[in-house]
Amino acid sequence: MTDFIMKKDADGVAVITWDVPGKSMNVLSLEGAAELDALIDDALSDEAVKGIVITSGKKDFAAGMDLNVIAQMKGGGAQQVFDGIMTLHHALRKIERAGMDPKTLKGGKPVAAALPGTALGIGLELPLATHRIFAADNPKAKIGLPEIMVGIFPGGGGTIRLSRKLGAMAAAPYLLEGKLSDPKKAKAAGLIDEVVADPVAAAREWVLNAKDADLVKPWDQKGYKMPGGEPYHPAGFMTFVGASAMVNGRTMGVYPAAKALLSAVYEGAQVPFDTALRIEARWFTNVLMNPSSTAMIRSLFINKEALEKGANRPEAPDRSVKKVGILGAGMMGAGIAYVSAMAGIQVVLIDAKQEAADKGKTYSEGLLDKAISRKKSTEEKKAEVLGRITATTDYAALEGCDLIVEAVFEDPAIKAEVTKRAEAVIPQDAIFATNTSTLPISDLAKASARPEQFIGIHFFSPVDKMMLVEIIKGQQTSPRAVAKALDFVRQIRKTPIVVNDARFFYANRCIIPYINEGIRLVAEGVSPVLVENAAKMMGMPLGPLQLVDETSIDLGVKIAKATRTAMGDAYPDGNVDEVLFWMADQGRLGRKSNAGFYAYGDDGKRQGLWDGLAARYPQSDDQPDLTTVQHRLMFVQTLEAVRAFEQGVLEDIREGDVGAILGWGFAPWTGGPFAWLDMLGAARAVEICDRLSAEHGERFAAPQMLRDMAESGQSFYDRFGAGKKAA
Amino acid sequence: MTDAFIYDAARTPRGKGRSDGSLHEVTSLALSARLLNAVKDRNGLEGNAVEDVIWGNVTQVKEQGGCLARSAVLASDLDERIPGLSINRFCASGMEAVNLAANQVKAGAGSGYIAGGVEMMSRVPMGSDGAAIAVDPTVAMNQYFVPQGISADIIATEYGFTREEADKLAVESQNRAARAWQEGRFARSIVPVKDQNGLTILDHDEYMRPGTTMEDLAKLKPAFKDMGEVMPGFDKVAMLKYPHLDRIEHIHHAGNSSGIVDGAAAMLIGNEEFGKAHGLKPRARIRATAKIGTDPTIMLTGPVPVTEKILADSGMSIGDIDLFEVNEAFAAVVLRFMQAFQVDPGKVNVNGGAMALGHPLGATGAIIIGTLLDELERQDKTVGLATLCIASGMGAATIIERV
Repeated sequence: MTDFIMKKDADGVAVITWDVPGKSMNVLSLEGAAELDALIDDALSDEAVKGIVITSGKKDFAAGMDLNVIAQMKGGGAQQVFDGIMTLHHALRKIERAGMDPKTLKGGKPVAAALPGTALGIGLELPLATHRIFAADNPKAKIGLPEIMVGIFPGGGGTIRLSRKLGAMAAAPYLLEGKLSDPKKAKAAGLIDEVVADPVAAAREWVLNAKDADLVKPWDQKGYKMPGGEPYHPAGFMTFVGASAMVNGRTMGVYPAAKALLSAVYEGAQVPFDTALRIEARWFTNVLMNPSSTAMIRSLFINKEALEKGANRPEAPDRSVKKVGILGAGMMGAGIAYVSAMAGIQVVLIDAKQEAADKGKTYSEGLLDKAISRKKSTEEKKAEVLGRITATTDYAALEGCDLIVEAVFEDPAIKAEVTKRAEAVIPQDAIFATNTSTLPISDLAKASARPEQFIGIHFFSPVDKMMLVEIIKGQQTSPRAVAKALDFVRQIRKTPIVVNDARFFYANRCIIPYINEGIRLVAEGVSPVLVENAAKMMGMPLGPLQLVDETSIDLGVKIAKATRTAMGDAYPDGNVDEVLFWMADQGRLGRKSNAGFYAYGDDGKRQGLWDGLAARYPQSDDQPDLTTVQHRLMFVQTLEAVRAFEQGVLEDIREGDVGAILGWGFAPWTGGPFAWLDMLGAARAVEICDRLSAEHGERFAAPQMLRDMAESGQSFYDRFGAGKKAA
Repeated sequence: MTDAFIYDAARTPRGKGRSDGSLHEVTSLALSARLLNAVKDRNGLEGNAVEDVIWGNVTQVKEQGGCLARSAVLASDLDERIPGLSINRFCASGMEAVNLAANQVKAGAGSGYIAGGVEMMSRVPMGSDGAAIAVDPTVAMNQYFVPQGISADIIATEYGFTREEADKLAVESQNRAARAWQEGRFARSIVPVKDQNGLTILDHDEYMRPGTTMEDLAKLKPAFKDMGEVMPGFDKVAMLKYPHLDRIEHIHHAGNSSGIVDGAAAMLIGNEEFGKAHGLKPRARIRATAKIGTDPTIMLTGPVPVTEKILADSGMSIGDIDLFEVNEAFAAVVLRFMQAFQVDPGKVNVNGGAMALGHPLGATGAIIIGTLLDELERQDKTVGLATLCIASGMGAATIIERV
């Protein structure tokens, strides 16, 4: 099997086509890189070859490095990683120098890249090493370096080449934020050189006509100066002072890759190019050896993809949804209708009043209009998508639906009623899904005539933005229903986790204690500023108080009341409710009432924490240290995840980790709660739990599973790594 | 152990540190050499009279680079057998030069030294020597680097100083400096800057704005608010370090921060025999010296812990000190010092400070020791303490005692 094929033609152009067998997208493996290197050697040494064009046999150029390979590379230790990266650097540098005399800079062979579509990661780093990049005029193509999103940074020369090509400031969005651009914007930004109808033809033409001077990169010319200035140039100095501050501020200092990337740029800017590549390799090795990058790649790439591809899907034929009936056209129903119609599924959107159903459809119209104004969609596409949505009050329209998603009020009686009405119309084999965040599925299934075809699908709000979908199996839910739900989630391009039926399922089960712990700290007299910052400095996107402001305080009150009724005397959160209920009594319901734990301006903009809180809950003189606050906020979520796994609600720690990051933004740098515990080590985690539970209560008691692991020295991923069950 | 004495203290007037400042035409070398000549002449130092010239200087590039101390010795009338040492401890460089000289004298390594410093801020801009701590992410990010103005605002926020308190202190500094000049209190130290023909270029501190009022200062915009809150957003970095802070109060501006100026200062330090050999009378003993490292983000709180250290090291208490010089890098630095030790503001910076007179980085440490000594003599008091906050989180202090 070969990943690269070279054809030399009569004009003296060697066209190297990247076409990895059996994959829809090219990814670079170590073997592939060696193949490419051998072909380049061949072409450079062949007198008959005048120029080289590198392109793809697929509709896109490449998705990047094979992250599975990257994950494995570190097994050999730092030296092996470093050597591997340097080998790649040498291969790419060979392309860039293309056989030219290093002194006279003459005699090299022109190499051009022809990108038919998307070019990401090494898929852009390779073209950056060539002499000219041609991209097809394909507005759907994405060009960029997204490595930072999975906890690493461009380590195939992309960091050094792009920062030298564009300057540190202009390269920053691409390097530090993983910004992706379509070909036209990529050209405007200086990432690529030309946007053409036929990139291979244009590249062939170019290599046949290129002059010696066209092959010399600015940084290989005498007197090269970094655009915007290197770090000790007066203007560059200000850029680099600002860069450290901005990266620190935006990442809250928790992402090692961002720091390492910036160091590679800073140190690389002060030395000759080849030395800079070595510096990049040292920092890349450093990041790869950091447990955070391992955990992030594992959760955000490998396991996320595995779950999306059906790692936990029961064996069953394809059950893709053709027509979905959505009951309830409120916020959630409208969102589900939109993502379904976008996926090409016929949608019947039902509400009790036509007006409400229409409003639900208008929601899609609004999102599409916004997309059009941002040039992300067209009028035709809008008409097509809206054409798939039938907004009605008539249950008879549900005829022929193979899936129902019920998204009416969180009221068992109303849910039971619509279940019966829908089941009277829909086909016998249709699957009925209820979108609930709090009500037990098995109870709701009692209203169904076909409980084995009844399942929970918990969407997060806003549906079009949130990537996680939690699928909940009731006691009688069949594998067939699970397969259907998973196929639906795949169609709408979201990431599923499958959990068993228990109070609050998985995500809310962990989020609620996080919010409660934040409120409890305030009740204890801990500075709310410290609470919020402590959470953010652990990498939580929102502090617990901001989160409850967003989700609304009255919802918190409602959940607390229901939970208290259900749990009776065992209810542990009385002191939390004290604060929560008081806030609600003040009319401070969160963002929606423009007043919550935070103060909001008349424009709805969040200002500082509300100072009235201090009057009611005075801050104690003796504030806890940052680490204690952080441990409380993190362990309260993490231990709940472990309990969910221990109790079998969660069946797969991969789902626990991926779900935590996508569902509620659990500190992505950790790779998820289980990965975080592995990073800490079970023994240390138990030690912290023992201290926290002694000082702050039983909710921090280490679960038996964690104690056992501390005893045996195991980690979660050793023991339960590839979907192994807890039981 | 041998005592180290101050035999002389001299300084140039401070010129505005801009291209239209009076000293802008003078090179760092010439300013240094002419001041060294003044010390030589005032004290009759012939031949190989001192062990070394220790010269504080922060921005050691271009004309201040290449060990300016040695170049200055060679450009002066001092004997070529006298070497030169350029040193940099940021704002305390001039003090560190004096302390280093004193401590070598005490240890018996040489009997006499000239110690001081220079900074021509109009000619070699502050920061033009680069600084890893500001731009190298391995230290800038891990240590939460913020510029000094942000640090000063953090002090104000953390210790609760208002814009009004800071401005009041700045007005007081202007009033005291004006009174000091009116009454000739700097006369003993000031060495007017002259050209190669003996023509006077500058004979007074020209940065000061006598008569500055609270209303004048109220018009000034906070200088560090934008870089803190907008681009690049240093306040967020500060909050990573101090997570209990909700926001940073930006109270500092050009009027309640130290002025950018040109200037130089020198002291003659020696043991008892040195004085006898040259027929000089010691003015004060350098009783103790200290330096300390502190939190680099809030950066400028060093005067408090270094004062605690120097008092403990020398078995003294704050009540033993008659007068204080606390460098007015920013108003909050001095407010914090007075708050921490509850000292009478009337004893601190009696003749104004850097907010009114300016802060020539490499020289200030030596200047304030000289000013302290002059004022101790004027009031006929005995013990004085001088201290400075220092970039990157350090502090330095010197205690002198009249003899």
